[in-house]
Amino acid sequence: MSVLVDNNTRLIVQGITGREGTYHAKSCAEYSKQFGNVIVVGGVTPGKGGTVHEGWPVFNTVEEAVKATGANATMIFVPPPFAADGILEAVAAKLELVVCITEGIPVLDMVKAWTVVKDSKSVLIGPNCPGVISPGKAKIGIMPGRIHKEGNVGIVSRSGTLTYEAVHQLTQRGIGQSTAIGIGGDPVIGTRHIDAIRMLNEDPQTEAIVMIGEIGGTNEEAAAEYIKAHVKKPVVGFIAGQTAPPGRRMGHAGAIISGGEGTAESKMAAMAAAGIHVVKSPAEIGEAMARVLGL
Amino acid sequence: MKIHEYQAKDILRKYGVPVPEGEMVTSLEDADHAAKALFSAGNAVVVVKAQIHAGGRGKGGGVKVTKTLDDANTASKAILGMQLVTHQTGPQGQKVQRLLIEAGSAIDRELYLGIVLDRATSKLTFMASQAGGMEIEEVAAENPDAIYKEAVEPALGMQPWQARNLAFKLGLAGPQINQAVSFMLGLYKAFVETDCSLLEINPFITTKDGKLAALDCKINFDDNAMFRHKDLKELRDVAEEDPLEVEASKDSLNYIKLDGSIACMVNGAGLAMATMDIIQYSGGSPANFLDVGGGANQQQIEAAFAILLADKNVKAIFINIFGGILRVDVLATAVVAAARNLNVTLPLILRLEGTNVEEGRKILAESGLKYSVGETMAEAAKLAVEAAKV
Repeated sequence: MSVLVDNNTRLIVQGITGREGTYHAKSCAEYSKQFGNVIVVGGVTPGKGGTVHEGWPVFNTVEEAVKATGANATMIFVPPPFAADGILEAVAAKLELVVCITEGIPVLDMVKAWTVVKDSKSVLIGPNCPGVISPGKAKIGIMPGRIHKEGNVGIVSRSGTLTYEAVHQLTQRGIGQSTAIGIGGDPVIGTRHIDAIRMLNEDPQTEAIVMIGEIGGTNEEAAAEYIKAHVKKPVVGFIAGQTAPPGRRMGHAGAIISGGEGTAESKMAAMAAAGIHVVKSPAEIGEAMARVLGL
Repeated sequence: MKIHEYQAKDILRKYGVPVPEGEMVTSLEDADHAAKALFSAGNAVVVVKAQIHAGGRGKGGGVKVTKTLDDANTASKAILGMQLVTHQTGPQGQKVQRLLIEAGSAIDRELYLGIVLDRATSKLTFMASQAGGMEIEEVAAENPDAIYKEAVEPALGMQPWQARNLAFKLGLAGPQINQAVSFMLGLYKAFVETDCSLLEINPFITTKDGKLAALDCKINFDDNAMFRHKDLKELRDVAEEDPLEVEASKDSLNYIKLDGSIACMVNGAGLAMATMDIIQYSGGSPANFLDVGGGANQQQIEAAFAILLADKNVKAIFINIFGGILRVDVLATAVVAAARNLNVTLPLILRLEGTNVEEGRKILAESGLKYSVGETMAEAAKLAVEAAKV
């Protein structure tokens, strides 16, 4: 099964004619092609509609692109000042999945956009995220495909490279992944830990879950409560930023301990209390998963 | 981005929020003029306030209430140029280079107002409390019910009824209610129009003659929104920031200085935090947070090295790269060049993984550079901790 992205995903890329958009549209297409899937069906760049870019039809609006290609998902590479607008356009076109890679969107733009996104049927991943990959099927995002291996462990994480690290540790031990979801490092994001965990919990392919969080906010605590009440699958957890000083933004806009909220200790304690196997060292994620799976 | 109290109060004035009359000065001469003007205007009290970005200035001796010009000048002399130590500055303190000379207020009650993003609901929350003058974190920890909150609908903005709710809960009455409503709506407008990430009025005071004022004001801006506020960008005071962090920001490097001995250079914020964590877990202490980002070029890598080397506490450098978009061979070429150009003699510990890792390792091996390689994050962290101990 896997979640969010699979053999049926038909993806458009908003900002496909830009450097990043082009590079990653190609990399998603190449990854998915190995498994016989055509994932990318076109792109959107306002003003360049009617042209063809790298073999893909380009449209002026998302609505046109959806009508012409039957797309059900989008990957957004629009620059930060216009990215929230891009998300709203994708939601208005009723795309099922909206993955926003863009980093640096003003928080208040996302606060406004979220009021519309939350009441829509679209699932927003990100912004400021690496995207989603279902190994052996398809990917939407900027992650290196070849470190992944198809299998039964679902991953949810706020970070990019730290997720690659976790995936690598699993793959090295022969443990494959069902879907890896990078939910993003911003304070306002579409899909939170709790939403991703719920999806992975309901996915028959996923037998165990890796949950990676970081300092800032209380979304890990909320997910831990959900796990305690609803999740029977084993969960391995790690929180980044155990040594981060309070009041400082650690790279990600959302990675900040403020108002006494968002410490690593609080998150690790909530996760441990929920029965999650919490590791203190990021190097022990793969090992811990191997242990809980009895490998 | 943080700004000074006097800058924040200038913004409040523009939004019709009452603040005491005052002037920012950088010399004793100007401080004297400003105090003289306030006393001659009939103010019985003049307050001399150190302008640094850290909180807790009063407790650290950075705020003095004076009743004569002589006292005001004595206070200015004591505060201007001092190393002000507060719970937020660290033991070395922060040098005071600006003063706010302000008219004193006849304070009746000290209250609190604040606006922040509530991450649980993804909405702005307007907070009010009767416990003004205290750290709101302490109030939140000890007596969370003492903080009244109104969640603001983003499409509508703060509504008058919400402000009234808070005003009555604060125990205001009579004409103060309408004044408070206009005060709070002004704050909300200031917050959204200037893209704040935090706005706090602490204390928000009532005066003996029944008026309201913002006695102190703290504003932080959302860095991501500064592209649309060229005027606000100019309020940045780099003298208040760590010099190495200022250097790093020029090359778009995400660097935060810490006090350990193992410098780290990492791609990605999450992995950078995790690298700090594993250093501590392995018995060492990280000297910094540094995310060189996904598209780091040679110049940025060199700039990053220069910054790490400028920190005199550093005894070893740990480079942890998981190549995704950033290819390991590109990184390796940049590391070799930077290490050569800057004549790096400190132990260099590398952990490389991901895109083009074999090519990257080859470049390093053929460079003649002295370094150790950890095959895993754990092994590399151990090597770095050992190297820093020597």
